[in-house]
Amino acid sequence: MLVRIAGNLARFVLSLLAATLAVFALMRVLPGDPAAIAAGENATPEVVAGLAKQFGTDRPLPVQYWDWFSGLWRGDFGVSYVTRTDISPLVADKVQVSLILVTLAMALALAIAIPAGTIAAVRHNKPSGAVIAAASQLGIAVPGFLLGIVLVSFFALRLGWLPANGWVAPGVDFAGFLARLVLPVIALAGVQSAILVRYVRSAVLEVMHEDYLRTARAKGLSPLGALVRHGLRNAAIPVLTVTSVQFSALIIGAVVIERVFVIPGLGSMLLSAVGNRDLLTVQSVVMVLVAITLVVNLLVDVLYTIVDPRIRAAAQGER
Amino acid sequence: MQAILTARRGRRGARLAAVLAALLMLAACSAGSTGGAPVNKDKLVVALTGEPVNLDFTTTAGAAIPQAMMANVYEGLVTLDQTGAIRPLLATKWETSNMNKSYTFTLVEGATFSNGAAFEAEDVKFSIERVKSAAWLNGLKSKMDDVQDVVVNSATSVTVNLARPSQAWLYSMTTLVGAMFDPSGVDDLANNPVGTGPYKLASWARGESINLVARPDYWGTAPGIKDVSLRYFADAIATTNALSSGDVDVIYNMQAPELLSSFESNPAYQVLEGTSNGEVILSMNNKAKPFNDKRVRQAVLYAIDRKAVRDTAWNGLGTLVGGPVPPTDPYYEDLNDRYPFDPAKARALLQEAGAQDLKITFTVPTRPYATAVSEIVQSQLRDVGIDAKIASAEFPAVWLDQVFTSHDYQMSVILAVEARDLLTMFDDPNYYIGYDNSKIKDEAAAADASDEANYVEGMKNVVRTIVDDAPVDTLFIFPNISVAKAGISGLGANSVTEALNLAPIAWS
Repeated sequence: MLVRIAGNLARFVLSLLAATLAVFALMRVLPGDPAAIAAGENATPEVVAGLAKQFGTDRPLPVQYWDWFSGLWRGDFGVSYVTRTDISPLVADKVQVSLILVTLAMALALAIAIPAGTIAAVRHNKPSGAVIAAASQLGIAVPGFLLGIVLVSFFALRLGWLPANGWVAPGVDFAGFLARLVLPVIALAGVQSAILVRYVRSAVLEVMHEDYLRTARAKGLSPLGALVRHGLRNAAIPVLTVTSVQFSALIIGAVVIERVFVIPGLGSMLLSAVGNRDLLTVQSVVMVLVAITLVVNLLVDVLYTIVDPRIRAAAQGER
Repeated sequence: MQAILTARRGRRGARLAAVLAALLMLAACSAGSTGGAPVNKDKLVVALTGEPVNLDFTTTAGAAIPQAMMANVYEGLVTLDQTGAIRPLLATKWETSNMNKSYTFTLVEGATFSNGAAFEAEDVKFSIERVKSAAWLNGLKSKMDDVQDVVVNSATSVTVNLARPSQAWLYSMTTLVGAMFDPSGVDDLANNPVGTGPYKLASWARGESINLVARPDYWGTAPGIKDVSLRYFADAIATTNALSSGDVDVIYNMQAPELLSSFESNPAYQVLEGTSNGEVILSMNNKAKPFNDKRVRQAVLYAIDRKAVRDTAWNGLGTLVGGPVPPTDPYYEDLNDRYPFDPAKARALLQEAGAQDLKITFTVPTRPYATAVSEIVQSQLRDVGIDAKIASAEFPAVWLDQVFTSHDYQMSVILAVEARDLLTMFDDPNYYIGYDNSKIKDEAAAADASDEANYVEGMKNVVRTIVDDAPVDTLFIFPNISVAKAGISGLGANSVTEALNLAPIAWS
């Protein structure tokens, strides 16, 4: 168990290290000079040079990298030369917005996908199962932003039930916070649930043919009862895997939904930082995304052992 | 501060997440309509596109910063009215002496900065000298190059001595280079602006809104609305959605004229179509083939039906002028007849220049107006035998790099927003347009140094010379479109200064 954890941690640190190098290099390869952007369309060479000096982007690349990297160890992303503010508190703010949005969307997606996928599997040769499978195919084909636009034009503009866009901190106006979350969460969850339904369906279909389910049926359990008591736990592993992958993808994929709904999340921040070549902010946001992805993977690893005793036993066997 | 979330709330939010998911549908039912809420006359929410990256225009270019800060937080000695005429602001009056080389300003009494410091002649000296110092890193600082020295006569009188007479200098004082700063208020201009204006910064939720609050100690007429929130949107559809659902009160400088129709027919809204300083310029690289040949450039101007371009790309909004000068500038004249739409003439000119079957690259910045313009321009050029291949360039990063800095382009299109930028664009052969200024250089300098009447006449001549050489095609003057709720008054239709002047706005 300890070896496993140590191995995981070492992978975690190495991945982060590789990520720092990769994102730093990528941002330097990108055309566009931060000083030239800050100087804009009235730039003179003197002004651009002066800004580059102020920004520190005229220093050798290894020095710039080390400057940023040494700050990272202290948990300090540094001060953005574009916005002239500390990056860390800003990123912390935006991470929370994105996490709330994505977590709620994922929860809603799972709440739809697990029952729907199970029903689709159990009734896979009945019309109702086929309808769910077909609906999920359709759902995957509808991009989230399109669903978002449709939701806005109907619920916000036509019916006037909900605000069209924006974000309010829950501490400022909790009802307003919730009201502004409804549509983006549904828009995000729509596609996700469609994707997840397919995974749940195929995972459940697979366990339905296992011997132990037949045995459970022989004990006298109903088909659904057998599936719920013995089957779903086994079907959970592939669903967990895809959920974790989708979760990481969603945080940044939500940028389109953030744009439609004008939500100030991590994706919007990253987009504007890339546009302004705010290199330090881009690097910081990417590092946070990498870290979230790695942490989610780590958590899923732990969840595997909870869901599946065999993995737990194997881990104990290692010791 | 209306920030996103504090760390503590975030954790609580995360813990509540599962519960909230279930409550969401309930909340949806109880949220009710947002449109019919009673108007709070102390509050105004303005939708804008393009958030400033910071608030320091002394070291960061771009229209977003002065749009929010000038007139509201910062003031100059002089300003412009809606027709473009110079009016007093922090200076009650001024007179020229020493053959128009010296300006003596009499300052208002009782003006203070938002940090409590009094506004006095020393601040004028400090502010102008600071523009000339290394502290200012903005290309516009060159507008103060002519200033020789600033002499404080008394607390309310100050004289600025110029190296040579200049009509343009006083105008520049109405722009951001004329903003007045307090020596003790310049430590953190990016986040904490300190000016003499009617508003001060209350808070800034980055990625969302800049919130301004009226200063009770403002020296002039109190603004009509106490709390103003400038909300920033990435695209135009989101702004109209927010206006329709009642979350914002005004959309200023709207970027999508095709979305106007639903508001024009609705009595709950007013649509203002004003003019601006922005010229949509089809620029050609005057130093590179094929546009180093004047005939080829003139052929382009004859080939393009500017009215059709405007009508197709921008829903018929915007002013056709025929030259790179907006109608609110004193030396404006209608030059639409200089290059009428005449494809036959264009083909003849191209033949004369030996430039048939031209293949060029048309570098188009990723901006709505540019994309909209590029396709119709491309098709009109094709009609006269110019095959323009559209190459999209990310704006600002790649466009600045490729076109503006490296001059690595043949044709591009850009909205030149800076006020009175005629000489910036054409009186500098090293500017990316690469116009050979030898014909206008002396005349422009002479006009600037003469009296007002001769200045206007001289500059008109300069403009005619430039237009004759066809370094660019001025497609149209960008309209300043605003949509506001019907109960709002005082919103200026024209955008003649770089500022969105909030103080006159009020609810009726």
